[in-house]
Amino acid sequence: MSDLPRLLAGMPVSGTAGLRDHVATHGPLPSPRDLDAAGLLDLVERSGLRGRGGAGFPMGVKLHAVARGRGDAVVVANGTEGEPASAKDRLLMAASPHLVLDGIGLAAEAIGARDAIVAVAEDDADSIGALRGATAERHAGGAGGPAVHVATIPPGYLAGQETALISALDGGPALPTATPPRPSERGLGRRPTLVQNVETLAHLALLARHGEAWFRELGSEAEPGSALVTLSGELSAPGVYEIELGTTLGDVVADAGGDLLRSRAALVGGYFGAWLAPGTAHALPLDEHHLRAQGAMLGAGVIAVLPRTACPVAETVRVARWMVDQRAGQCGPCDRGLPAIAGALEELASGRTYSGIQADLARWCGLVRHRGACRHPDGTATFVASALTEFAGEFADHAERGPCDACDAPPVLPTPRRMVAAAA
Amino acid sequence: MSHRMRLDPIACTAHGLCAELLPERIELDEWGYPIVDGEPLPRELIDLARRAADACPALALRLERDPGPER
Repeated sequence: MSDLPRLLAGMPVSGTAGLRDHVATHGPLPSPRDLDAAGLLDLVERSGLRGRGGAGFPMGVKLHAVARGRGDAVVVANGTEGEPASAKDRLLMAASPHLVLDGIGLAAEAIGARDAIVAVAEDDADSIGALRGATAERHAGGAGGPAVHVATIPPGYLAGQETALISALDGGPALPTATPPRPSERGLGRRPTLVQNVETLAHLALLARHGEAWFRELGSEAEPGSALVTLSGELSAPGVYEIELGTTLGDVVADAGGDLLRSRAALVGGYFGAWLAPGTAHALPLDEHHLRAQGAMLGAGVIAVLPRTACPVAETVRVARWMVDQRAGQCGPCDRGLPAIAGALEELASGRTYSGIQADLARWCGLVRHRGACRHPDGTATFVASALTEFAGEFADHAERGPCDACDAPPVLPTPRRMVAAAA
Repeated sequence: MSHRMRLDPIACTAHGLCAELLPERIELDEWGYPIVDGEPLPRELIDLARRAADACPALALRLERDPGPER
C-alpha cells in the first residue's frame, strides 16, 4: 500500500469520482469512536504532515493553535490555486472531491468545528461543480460531519493568501491584512480559523485511514509522504504528477518526458520560486530541506522546464511585470519596490541600460524583503534575484544588444489576463 | 522582559517621524518608508521608542513587550 499513487489512486481520467467509487478506491473512514479529536490531533502531529499550499507549515501545529482558540472554530479549505503554472488543486477538487471533503470533515472534527468553507476561484467551474455535487451526494447519503459551503472568490495571485482569503470570504476585498492576529486566533468572522490547502486535507483523509507508519513509508523523517506537482514547459507529457518527497528533479522531469540536462533551466516553486541550472537541479532531491540550500523551495509544487530555444530574459521580465500587477499595493516598500524592479528589468531587456542598474536591482531585491504584510515582495525578489544570477550572461547580452530573436517566442510561463490585478 | 518595535506595513504611510525620533534604530528607505528591525531594544532606547510610536500619525508603529521566548 506504500506505493504511489496515493492521492491520484482511482482518479478518473475525466469527470468526477462519485462517493461509491471513492470508497471503493480508498476504503471507509475510521469512525470517530476509533479516532476521536484528540487521537486525530496526535496522529497529525506524529505524522509530520506539512502544508502543500506553498508555505510548508506543519499541519499539527496549526491544528493545535486553532483548537486552543476561543470561540467557534471554522475550517477554510483553500482551493483557490492562484499560481498560474499550478493545476494540482483544481485536478484534485474536480476529479476526487470526496478526498478533499473527507479531509475537511476530519480537520473539523480535530478542532471541534461544526462548519467549513471550501474556497474556489470563481472561474474554476469544474471544481465548483464537482464539490457542490459531492457535498449534495454526501448530504443525501446521510453522512455526518460539518456543513460544507462551497464559496467562490475572484481569481488573483494574492486571493489565496490566507488573510486575503479570509477578508474576501468575510465580504471584504481579497487583500492581505496585517498579522497578528493570525487566522488561527481570529479569522473568519473573528473566529479561530484553520486555513488549509485542499491537497493537505486530502493527505489527511488518507493518513486517518492508513496511519502514521504508512504515511511515513514515503519521504524523509522531516518531510514524509507524497506531494502533487505540476510540470510544464519542455516535456512530452506535461501535467499533474504525484511524487515521493525527495525524488530528484531529474527523475521527476524524466517521468514527464523531459530531459533536464538538455534544458536551459528549471523554475521550481512557482513565481515565488527560483530558477535552477540543469546541472544543479538534476540530482537535487525535491524537498524543502534540499531546495532551501539552493535558495529555492517546493512551494505549491510548480516545476517549469525552460527550453534552450526560449529567452529566459523575456520570460523573467514578463512574469516580473505580471507580479507587479498582482500586488495588493497596500505596503509601501512592495508598492514602490516591485515596479522599480520590473522597470529596471525591462530596461535591461531592451538594451536601454544605465551604469549601476545591476546594483539598483540587487539593492531593491533586498530592500523589499520582510517588509510586507504578506510574502509577495519576498517571493518576487527571490524569483528575480535567481534569474539575474542564473541568466547573467543573457541579461548582459540584452543590455548590450537589445532584444534577441527568441524574445518573441511563445511564452513558456503563463501570465493569465483573466486574473485581474489586485491593486486598483 | 524585552521590548521591540513592530510596524504595521499596511498602515504606514511614510510620514517618517519615527526615523527622526529614533534614528538609532530606524532609517528610511529611498521611498521614505521606515526600516524597522524586530530586535529587542536596549533599555536606554525604550523611552525614545515609545515616543516614536506615539508620534506616528498613522498609528502604524507600536512598542511591544516581548512575552519572552516562545514555548
